[in-house]
Amino acid sequence: MNGNRKTLLPVLGSIVGLSLLVAGCEDYPPVDAEQQGFRGVAMEHVTNPRTVARLKARNQMPEPLERFEAEGDLASEVYENVQVLGDLRETEFLRLMTAITEWVSPEQGCTYCHTDNLADDNIYTKVVARRMLQMTKTINSKWDNHVGETGVTCYTCHRGHPVPEEVWHRDPGPKQARGMTASSAGQNIAADAVGVTSLPYDPFYTLLQQDNAIRVASNAALPRGDNPVDIKDTEETYGLMMHMSGSLGVNCTFCHNSRNFSAWDESRPQRTTAWHGIRLARELNNTYLEPLKPVFPEDRLGPLGDPSKVNCATCHQGVHKPLFGAQMLKDYPELNAVK
Amino acid sequence: MPEYQNIFTQVQVRGPAEMGVRLPRADWSRDGKPRFIHLIGRIGNAQIGPVYLGFTGILSLVCGFIAIEIIGLNMWASVNWDPVEFVRQLPWLALEPPPAKYGLSFPPLADGGWWLVAGFFLTASILLWWGRMYIRARALGMGTHVAWAFAAAIWLYLVLGLIRPVMMGSWAEAVPFGIFPHLDWTAAFSIRYGNLFYNPFHMLSIVFLYGATLLFAMHGATILAVSRFGGEREIEQITDRGTASERAALFWRWTMGFNASMESIHRWAWWFAVLCPLTGGIGILLTGTAVDNWFLWGVKHGLVPEYPQVFPPATDPAALPEATR
Repeated sequence: MNGNRKTLLPVLGSIVGLSLLVAGCEDYPPVDAEQQGFRGVAMEHVTNPRTVARLKARNQMPEPLERFEAEGDLASEVYENVQVLGDLRETEFLRLMTAITEWVSPEQGCTYCHTDNLADDNIYTKVVARRMLQMTKTINSKWDNHVGETGVTCYTCHRGHPVPEEVWHRDPGPKQARGMTASSAGQNIAADAVGVTSLPYDPFYTLLQQDNAIRVASNAALPRGDNPVDIKDTEETYGLMMHMSGSLGVNCTFCHNSRNFSAWDESRPQRTTAWHGIRLARELNNTYLEPLKPVFPEDRLGPLGDPSKVNCATCHQGVHKPLFGAQMLKDYPELNAVK
Repeated sequence: MPEYQNIFTQVQVRGPAEMGVRLPRADWSRDGKPRFIHLIGRIGNAQIGPVYLGFTGILSLVCGFIAIEIIGLNMWASVNWDPVEFVRQLPWLALEPPPAKYGLSFPPLADGGWWLVAGFFLTASILLWWGRMYIRARALGMGTHVAWAFAAAIWLYLVLGLIRPVMMGSWAEAVPFGIFPHLDWTAAFSIRYGNLFYNPFHMLSIVFLYGATLLFAMHGATILAVSRFGGEREIEQITDRGTASERAALFWRWTMGFNASMESIHRWAWWFAVLCPLTGGIGILLTGTAVDNWFLWGVKHGLVPEYPQVFPPATDPAALPEATR
């Protein structure tokens, strides 16, 4: 009897523990699997209805602001120092200003970017905002191979936060002992950026700012000595792919046929879109965000002194089409008038 | 009447401690006063000790201790000697091999040197333990089957950490010491070399891996099932086939048409187990040295099935004429 009681306690304990573990997890099974390739080849899009419900609630497009006839004089004539929105009529200009406040600084209001003198440029947030408007125009006019007709607005990234929640800085990693102790080579720590794996924790600097090669597999069956990619490089790519998977809420087979990750003729068309997305992130980081470094106050820079930059999660936020594909830009044609 | 239908051994025979046969004169002595532990007796022999360590055993433990110490201390240093983080992050921590730029030279300690030192001591420890297995088996007048089975595992270990890196000309090709990091390495290795599942030796290795577990389950189940007829006395049943052996053989002939003999089943099991790392090691050794992309190798040799196209294929933007990169 005594022996039975001894085993009963741990057994009961583990049952209670396991149920708590499952109950404590919001995204408990079962999951849905949608077939995307030929039958039996495991090309499936796996989603958890509970995760999708949570994401749906968090990724809602705000009600579009009421539109007015384009009336009044040009903004450049009414206001001083209107550098990029000067071609808008006064009603359009004010509507866009109202929208931006709602999207970016709903709590802070106009004064987040403006001093009493509206034309004053001595406030860094305004300088950044102006550049961001140009960036939005570039994305919508030049990168339709990634954003399609849907396009982006300030809200796609900002979601009511002056600094988008999903941005990255160069990551020096946790503090390590120095001297002759082994370096962990930029990996081997539980890293959120790469899906809590031990993969290299900053694949963004090397692959989304610098244009290092992402492709790892060889194009020929036998070694020709022309592919110097080693396992560490592969782990870097793997880390970026973990980030993409996590920030888009998809598994590998959303783009790839996992029997041969590198083959384009076996990949889904989404891979082409993602390829352009990677180049888009590189252009934004190099042309728009990194050059803003001198504009930002020091406390807004990362631990290595670089400004916030974008990766896939900045827009996507867990959804493979940001805001579940809501057509938000078409309600704000003012954004296309940016100079 | 004791039954054998429990996951634990329910009968424990307890006599005076078994001290073992007399040792050859050149050998060290066996150490430790034997003890009996009831719980251990439920899964094996209740008697613990005396233990024979000997020269190879002690040297192996010392080398193993040095290796684990180097790996553990460097892991601890990677979280700045924080004991809480060390425990919390332990599965993620690792001691990395040197970067590719050092080739096969000895790099600075902080840049992979410690990996080489740890690898040296771990290899020494393993090889010394192999020697101990071999020598102890000989001292008991046994065959050396256990040592050679262990050697098969050592072959795979040496291919991964020594032979293949040397053939590739870079220590960077080797596996890091770490729990998750070595698994990440495995996945990255397969991706870099075009999917290891198309490597025929990897296939064989999987066959023998699962085959060995299947055989082990079949054999264990058979013996337990006939132990009420004395079937666990396998060695006697090999030479003097009793009713347990007859029934076990008949059972398999009835159910699958063929039965191994009381003796040959152990050869089946030994070879399946040993072939798993032997074929696996060959598969790893060929990767990167003889074959650079196993999937494309599979295409070349008719190994890869064609499936109907059910979605429009992606186009490689980098292959278009106006592409940048």
